[in-house]
Amino acid sequence: MARVGRVRRKSAVTRSLAKIPTGIDGLDEVTFGGLPKGRATLITGGAGSGKTLFGLEFLVQGVEQFGEHGALIAFEESTADLTENVRSLGLDLARHIARKQIAVDYVRLERSEIHETGEYDLEGLFVRLDLAIKSVGAKRVVIDTLEVLFAGLSDYGILRAELRRLFRWLKERGVTAIITAERGHSTNPDALTRHGLEEFVSDCVILLDHRVSDQLTTRRLRIVKYRGSAHGTNEYPFLIDADGIRVLPVTSLGLQHDAPTARVSTGTPQLDEMLGGRGLYRGSTTLISGTAGSGKTTLAAAFVEAACRRGERALYLAFEESPAQIQRNMRSVNIDLQRWVKAGLLHFQASRPTAFGFEAHLSELHRVVQQLHPSVVVLDPVSDLCAMGSSLELKSMLTRAIDYLKSSGVTAFFTSLTEDSGNAASSEVGISSLIDTWILLRNMESNGERNRGLYVLKARGIPHSNQIREFRLSRRGISLMPIYVGSGGVVTGTARQSQEARERAESLQRSQARQRLQRALERKRRALRAQVEALTAAFESDAEELSREIDEAQEEELGLLSDTAMRARMRGARQNASSTASRRGRRGDRS
Amino acid sequence: MNRSSAIRGKSEPKTWELRLYVAGQTPKCLAAFANLKRLCEEHLAGEYRIEVIDLLKQPQLAQGDQILAIPTLVRKLPEPMKKIIGDLSNTERVLIGLDLRPVD
Repeated sequence: MARVGRVRRKSAVTRSLAKIPTGIDGLDEVTFGGLPKGRATLITGGAGSGKTLFGLEFLVQGVEQFGEHGALIAFEESTADLTENVRSLGLDLARHIARKQIAVDYVRLERSEIHETGEYDLEGLFVRLDLAIKSVGAKRVVIDTLEVLFAGLSDYGILRAELRRLFRWLKERGVTAIITAERGHSTNPDALTRHGLEEFVSDCVILLDHRVSDQLTTRRLRIVKYRGSAHGTNEYPFLIDADGIRVLPVTSLGLQHDAPTARVSTGTPQLDEMLGGRGLYRGSTTLISGTAGSGKTTLAAAFVEAACRRGERALYLAFEESPAQIQRNMRSVNIDLQRWVKAGLLHFQASRPTAFGFEAHLSELHRVVQQLHPSVVVLDPVSDLCAMGSSLELKSMLTRAIDYLKSSGVTAFFTSLTEDSGNAASSEVGISSLIDTWILLRNMESNGERNRGLYVLKARGIPHSNQIREFRLSRRGISLMPIYVGSGGVVTGTARQSQEARERAESLQRSQARQRLQRALERKRRALRAQVEALTAAFESDAEELSREIDEAQEEELGLLSDTAMRARMRGARQNASSTASRRGRRGDRS
Repeated sequence: MNRSSAIRGKSEPKTWELRLYVAGQTPKCLAAFANLKRLCEEHLAGEYRIEVIDLLKQPQLAQGDQILAIPTLVRKLPEPMKKIIGDLSNTERVLIGLDLRPVD
């Protein structure tokens, strides 16, 4: 009984902090559900960090996704300007205003126009806020940027008292509010807000950052504080693009993607053969790294083409070459990509790596993948992205890209350019651990030629060949040849060909010798057979002779026998007479 | 007391059109109205018109003149528009704000 009661109380506590989803991609994941309901959240950041847009997105998504109306008090931009500015970001504020779903009140405060004489309060602001809330039945309120008040009015004592009253008032109304503020103080650039607003808004504070490093800007978001709730503590990159704001948490923090067992061809039969005979796992990530001109793009193109042949959709993100150039070049190795582009199965997306930051690239990837649902994706090459930021950032971006692709079940192919001099396997340690299958292409120089070698460095969960194969590109396409390992090392190219010729000659010789021996054997066999036949013939004639003699002898014997018999008969008669006579004689003698 | 009724002075070629925004009858608002009236009588006798707007009754009017602080005095005429916030207790500052130099 007591136990049940305790459990119940516990669950009541976890439920006590109601949250309201913002509807902003990713933000609700990072905050584990959204902003605290019925409370104010402070969003602070420097100029151009996207505070206003966050607020607007919160309102617009509230209407579009959750049917909650919103009110905006804008201190910085007029309604017309705001509507115009956010239209390019996919937010149709004007329509929501016209439909009475969102109320916008632009509060203009010009210090030069205002003289302060004596006591005042900000009841006018309250009146306007109240009117805006009531006019549309707002559940969500955004005040952007409250700190303009500090610029427009000089009596900070009054301001502070009024702000405290404002937040209390908002709480009493039960509206969920976003208050935006400028970051940085004249004496402390790291201060959360210029005028210490964070002391009034204490439930949730989100810091936006817009920083430039190596000429690239990245926007980041961090939840500084979220009273009564767990939250992601990292800095999360976010993007502002044609679809509004997108926060990019490391998508699956728990590494929970499926592990499909289906296999998919790499498009190069011999390579499939090296990978346990059946190619890659579907949904796995493959890195092809190699030096310049080692054939990375060609392997990737073959992979894409194979996918299209199976009737699957493919996405090719090119960072180095234009789609037309890739298509032209691939035709020279008998890979016709144009055909699949025309068939609508292959989609090229080309952009300069430096065109925008990592996050924008990542967002672009998200967007295109969501739009096209490809089954395979090629990023060619990811190393170009390396050039534009620290490897840590690249790794973080690639981690998220791989995570995202895996959770979408996309089989990905990354190519990466490695330095000729360095050890390829160690130079990419940064991302190698994220990769399931790693195929290394290398140039092998010997005998005045350069030949390509290919080997599988690792292939998670696939029994793979440990062989280095010669990777050849010809007008007929890709082929992987077994390579010879001689006393002088690996033999490739023409050396391999001459080796092959030599081996062919040797084997010819061997076979000729064998044939010679076979013929000798045959001859011997024939001679033997002839001899056997002659002997048999002689034997047969002898045997015939002998048997005839035997017959004659037998006949003779028989003849003799019958003579004897006749004589015996004749002799018998005489014998009888004589015997009677003798008997008589004897009798007579006796008588 | 009819606050929204206009108080009209004698018709002169130059008329001061003043608008006082208040929110209910708070001490500050009442003080502002009293101070304004005294001031006008002293410096603009017969040349002014005061319109008092109670935002609690007509909240929609706050937007037009960009009212934020209460009380706010708006000089509609003569141009340019001027805004004075507070209970108008500092006469000197009000006169400067209204471009009314005290007559020596």
